[in-house]
Amino acid sequence: MALTSPENRLWWKESLHGVEIVWISIAFLWGLVMFFTMIYWHIAGEQNLSNEAYRVDPEEYGRRVEDFAEQYKVREEGTTSIPVVRPPAGGDAYMIGRLWEWWPILELQKGQSYRLHLSSMDWLHGWSLQPTNINIEIHPNYEMIITIKPDQAGVFGVICNEYCGVGHSQMVGRIYVVD
Amino acid sequence: MPAIFRTCPETGLKIHGPAETLIKINAVVAVVFLAVGGLLGLLVAMTRWPAVHLLPAEWFYLVLTGHGINVLIFWIIFFEVAVLYFASAVLLNCRLATPKIAWAAFALMIVGSVMNNVAVFQGESSVMFTSYVPMPAKPHFYLGLILFAVGALVAVFVFFGTLVIAKQERTYEGSVPLVTFGAITAAIIAVFSITSGALALIPAFLWSIGLVSNVDSLMYRVIWWGLGHSSQQINVAAHVAVWYAIAALVLGAKPLSEKVSRTAFLLYIAFLQIASAHHILADPGIASEWKVFNTSYAMYLAVLGSMIHGMSIPGAIEAAQRRNGFTHGMFEWLRKGPWGNPAFAALVLSVVMFGIAGGITGVVLGAEQLNLLMHNTLYVPGHFHATVVAGTTLAFMGITYPLVPLIFRRELVMKKVAQWQPYLFGIGALGISLFMMGAGTLGVSRRHWDIAFTDAPVPYDYPPAAYLMLGLNGLFAIMATIGGILFVVVIVSSILFGAKRGEAEIKRNPVVFQGGAVAVSGYGSEGTLRLPGTVVLVSLFFVSFVLYYYINWKYLSEVWPLH
Repeated sequence: MALTSPENRLWWKESLHGVEIVWISIAFLWGLVMFFTMIYWHIAGEQNLSNEAYRVDPEEYGRRVEDFAEQYKVREEGTTSIPVVRPPAGGDAYMIGRLWEWWPILELQKGQSYRLHLSSMDWLHGWSLQPTNINIEIHPNYEMIITIKPDQAGVFGVICNEYCGVGHSQMVGRIYVVD
Repeated sequence: MPAIFRTCPETGLKIHGPAETLIKINAVVAVVFLAVGGLLGLLVAMTRWPAVHLLPAEWFYLVLTGHGINVLIFWIIFFEVAVLYFASAVLLNCRLATPKIAWAAFALMIVGSVMNNVAVFQGESSVMFTSYVPMPAKPHFYLGLILFAVGALVAVFVFFGTLVIAKQERTYEGSVPLVTFGAITAAIIAVFSITSGALALIPAFLWSIGLVSNVDSLMYRVIWWGLGHSSQQINVAAHVAVWYAIAALVLGAKPLSEKVSRTAFLLYIAFLQIASAHHILADPGIASEWKVFNTSYAMYLAVLGSMIHGMSIPGAIEAAQRRNGFTHGMFEWLRKGPWGNPAFAALVLSVVMFGIAGGITGVVLGAEQLNLLMHNTLYVPGHFHATVVAGTTLAFMGITYPLVPLIFRRELVMKKVAQWQPYLFGIGALGISLFMMGAGTLGVSRRHWDIAFTDAPVPYDYPPAAYLMLGLNGLFAIMATIGGILFVVVIVSSILFGAKRGEAEIKRNPVVFQGGAVAVSGYGSEGTLRLPGTVVLVSLFFVSFVLYYYINWKYLSEVWPLH
């Protein structure tokens, strides 16, 4: 039994039983199918995370986002007067994660693509777009750029889902998608 | 030194006194950490339950940090050290290498684990199990973990030393038993895992005392998960070994094929470690090629290992039960299993819940693009409560029931309670897991104090179903906690007050299967390896796997296009 040494000292010479050969083959092939599904999705799927990222100094990134917000601001919202910014369709949009807010609020047009830049000013944050459910890890010193194309209009929440201290549960931002 | 050995009257094994003492002390300390960590877990669930919302935010994050570290690291690794000593010194009939160094390892692990707990409970180190930089913890938080890791590494080398002694002194014939082979797998993964932990935590410690100016957050995550995920792979290897051990003790089960089971363990050694990639799938600047190869354990070869065990364990149980006379129909062997024996109940529940609720969801969560749907949501803790709680912890509880009479030489007390304990704990853990995964599917964040977002600058509302899920999560957490408390009570009272096990008790109430060593399967001979029940169960598992996998790709295709 499993608690004692194998009775057959040449256990590695035992032949395999048909049932086991079939199961091992199925399991192996299924592994290949799952492996190639990921590759297939890179070719044919529309949801693949960008690999584009740059090292960035948080202060420098912060200045760029402030310039961006100033340039395209349309109004202010929320208890802390967060600017609502409407970037040009097809252009660059920026968001900062910091203790404890997502800044600024974006207003995007449905069906248009945007290059969305994401980075943190301090600790790790998690950019969680709800209820769409897209979840991305945000680091300080790294600027990640994803190209997104909102395909539904509405009000979307941006939740922080990487623990970032005691105010973590208040870290909520917003994205509007308008027709 | 023959005096320090005793011969076990039930197994005939020669048991080394110092090894036995070290097994006992490591197992007992493990159970203490399980109790502490488990109760902290109850507080977490009671705070997540929106209608109860027990703790204030600071306490919630402190308690969640303590919960994670105490159960994921301290409970599991202390118990695994006991398993390693058992699988080497006891099963190989051998003395333990350097008991003094084993005691030093134990002392380091105690000092480290206590120091880390002190740091957590002082506050200011509520950085979670993962302690991602640049969020700072106090220096003794990291130092405690480092000391613990060094102690655990030393214990692993005591295990390797014991293997060498057993080989040199020829205390066994042929190859090591399968359970020992599984333990070797766990130990090799442990070396990799603990070394990664040191590589991540030592710089973090130096940074916390000001000797290093900056630790890169992305590098930290990549290396830390070499500890964080691989340490859970130690569990997989260890609890698979424990599954084989329980089946052997309770039913006299043999592996269907030593070759197949050992090859599956070899696949673990070769491929499990690269799973740290599972945690980096949503991070910036990491190439998709790296992600796809690593997250799939090089084309799912470690998953293949688990799927092989997934057939060979139920297969071994079915073969043993059929030999024991339960040959009617497809499932008599399962229906008439010893369900009142807590070790057997824990084994079956653990295999089923680990495979279906834990394994399938883990593969889905670890698919590169699907991870976007679930990264850092409650789906993640939902998944690993199925693997680590319903899988590993329940398996370890199961093996404790026969080990109390064998190693502590005491009768179990409160046998009725013991009978129900695995069901309470297992089903509680399953509920915790399923409802967290449900909430995660709805987008609810993990490690989150308030899903209503009170005081946020702009509001957001999760769907009402999320509140229901977290309420149910709370109820099942209470159930699992009761199961956990009953386990601790039964085991501790048995050790302290159980009747000493003499010859009369051993005759009346044997722990080791008494069916004799009749070989059921000259392996490979057609007539003996008919396992229709196992074939049906494995087919059901496979169909649910495929369906669930592609349902998630369907979900993914519905979110905003992004690249």
